[in-house]
Amino acid sequence: MGELRAKWKVNVYAWLLLLPSLIFLLLFTFYPVWQTVILSFHQADLGSPEPFFNGIDNYKQMLEDDVFWKVLTNNLWFALGTVPTSVALALGMALFANKALRGKGFIRTAYFYPTVVPMIAVANIWLFIYTPEYGALSHVMDWFGKGDMNWLGDQSNVMWAMIFMVIWKEAGYFMIFYLAGLQNISQELYESAAMEGASAWTVFRRVTFPLLMPTTMFVSIIAFTNSFKLVDHLVIMTKGGPDNASNLLLYYIYETAFSFWDQGMASALTIVMVVLLLAVAAVQFFGLDKKIHYN
Amino acid sequence: MRTVVKSLFSVAMSLALLTGCSSGTSTTGSSQPGQPAQPGTSETKPAGNTELSFFYPVAVGGPLTKIVDGMAEEFNKENPGITVKPVYTGSYQDTTTKIQAAVQGKTPPDVAVMLSTELHTMMDMNAILPLDEFIAKDGGNEYVKDFFPGFLANSQVDGKTYSIPFQRSTIVLYYNKAAFKEVGLDPEKPPATWDEMAEYAAKLTKDGRWGIEIPSSGFTYWMYQALALQNGKNLMTEDGKKVFFDTPENVEALQYWVDLAKKHKAMPEGVIEWATVPSDFLEGKTAMMFHTTGNLTNVKNNAKFDFGVAFLPAKKNYGSPTGGGNFYMFKGTDAKKQEAAWKFIRFMTEPKRAAQWSIDTGYVATRKSAYEEEIMKQYVKDFPAAAVARDQLEYGHAEFSTHNNGKVTKALNDNLQAVLTGKADAAAALKKAQEEADKVLASFNK
Repeated sequence: MGELRAKWKVNVYAWLLLLPSLIFLLLFTFYPVWQTVILSFHQADLGSPEPFFNGIDNYKQMLEDDVFWKVLTNNLWFALGTVPTSVALALGMALFANKALRGKGFIRTAYFYPTVVPMIAVANIWLFIYTPEYGALSHVMDWFGKGDMNWLGDQSNVMWAMIFMVIWKEAGYFMIFYLAGLQNISQELYESAAMEGASAWTVFRRVTFPLLMPTTMFVSIIAFTNSFKLVDHLVIMTKGGPDNASNLLLYYIYETAFSFWDQGMASALTIVMVVLLLAVAAVQFFGLDKKIHYN
Repeated sequence: MRTVVKSLFSVAMSLALLTGCSSGTSTTGSSQPGQPAQPGTSETKPAGNTELSFFYPVAVGGPLTKIVDGMAEEFNKENPGITVKPVYTGSYQDTTTKIQAAVQGKTPPDVAVMLSTELHTMMDMNAILPLDEFIAKDGGNEYVKDFFPGFLANSQVDGKTYSIPFQRSTIVLYYNKAAFKEVGLDPEKPPATWDEMAEYAAKLTKDGRWGIEIPSSGFTYWMYQALALQNGKNLMTEDGKKVFFDTPENVEALQYWVDLAKKHKAMPEGVIEWATVPSDFLEGKTAMMFHTTGNLTNVKNNAKFDFGVAFLPAKKNYGSPTGGGNFYMFKGTDAKKQEAAWKFIRFMTEPKRAAQWSIDTGYVATRKSAYEEEIMKQYVKDFPAAAVARDQLEYGHAEFSTHNNGKVTKALNDNLQAVLTGKADAAAALKKAQEEADKVLASFNK
């Protein structure tokens, strides 16, 4: 009996400790999510003073909405453009920053600093860089006789311009994770590899890279979700234009909610985005996770 | 344990707040002791003092918050018994969002400045108060008639007045007189017609300098509306229920815009960023620009060359839409506060104050009598360019505004940009915009 009581006591104590964060989670995460799900089945826009249930109409309309498909494809290209490159670059930078003997601190800081700058400031800096005629990039392009290229005002350039900027911004952040990962790899492994006379490439391929896989997976999930979450720059740089060429899903949700005041549709779009992100995270966690060494 | 209690306490507090904010169920929230009285409910105040919350945005450069706060303070001094509390609420968009949230939480501000184009949206939400009663009690139409009709156009629907013009602008043509001289054009004769503008622009274009720039990133519809007005009539009906995008005149207007780049090679191709156009002009990268009068003070202070300001050129007639923000009052506020808020609006729009506001900011003074004020006369005499925008108001029209304005505007913006970036032709794109807009507006035309 005494044992059970002690157990119960421990449990209560644990629950009490969890309670505050649990309540906050329920209040500010699960409850809003639930409300969003409900709202997504309602017509709640300017034309209907009182929201009313309309089944899956919002979702049906979404499928017929060209802009929705446009922002979704844009977002996939944006993810495809930013994730692999920034992760690979982060790994390279981490390896270099780890190796460099002189100025290690300086190199790390230099790589990391874009991460510290707020996205809004970054967007303003790059807005200037991309300005035709007298922007910084235009001066460089002038040498090739292409100084008047309109980076943000042309539908075929604008996505590349965004992707490049985000890679610049994100790679330093991911580098930090890789640096931490590198610290965790036992030095003995490298010593024995050196005894065997393994080439640097083999060491990387057989030791460093596999042992960094947990980091790689973590980083790629973060990178992927970021590619859906990062939209601050659109507010400053393009407002999703020209003609939605740089528009992304989350910004479209924002427009739908706070410019069109169509809360039903905005909720439905949010649900689609959440489901999409959950699906990707699930594939990465349950699919790829099995192929990774954790020791 | 203390932290647990603390967290529980804060949770309880936020719960109370949530219920207090949520619309329907007010039984639990508002009856709690210690809950601050919600502004807007008919709470009896300590006799004498009426507190007003006043939301306002800032959209142009300069120390505008200081000016507005100063004006509010002056009002408080002149009106014992009323205390206006100005709240700076960010950009126009942020301000609208905050007001929306406040309206839905049944705690609207007592008075606020919002875009004049929010009229129909705010009416759909049943959020704003018609002001006719106050106007009637306060000397009648004399007051309203003094405002320029172009500014008032966005305030009135079905014979009722819903807002009072405050910080208003319009589009004008800025041109570089030095560049005009350089290519042998008369610097005192800016282009007056579309043909002249295209011809001059082509003449002014050289390596490293464009003839003209018309921004097309943020307010695409606004610039386009100017061209459409010059070629006939406005893009929408006064009640905001119908739009006319695909008329032959409007297709022609869009074609003219594209041709400045495509045919005349006098304007950069693609979308031109709103914010960089003034710096392009100041840097001499473009010899002419379409831009808001809100930039007048900026250009005046920073141009290293002689510049001129002119009417936008005409096709059939002169024309420009107005823009900017108006005073609104909201439903569901206390009658006494409404009286006080009206007093505040009257105070802020007095001719003398409108004149000073215009001089300080570059906005156009909203009332005719403001230009009769001594300070304004002096200002216009020293800086004649300041009068151009006012004179052009004779041809000023309501800014584009419809029901579900955000969505209709986006349909237009997107399709305009598709044409400007060479992905669609003018007629097809405007037809598409028309169809999209008709679909959005269908539910308001029942």
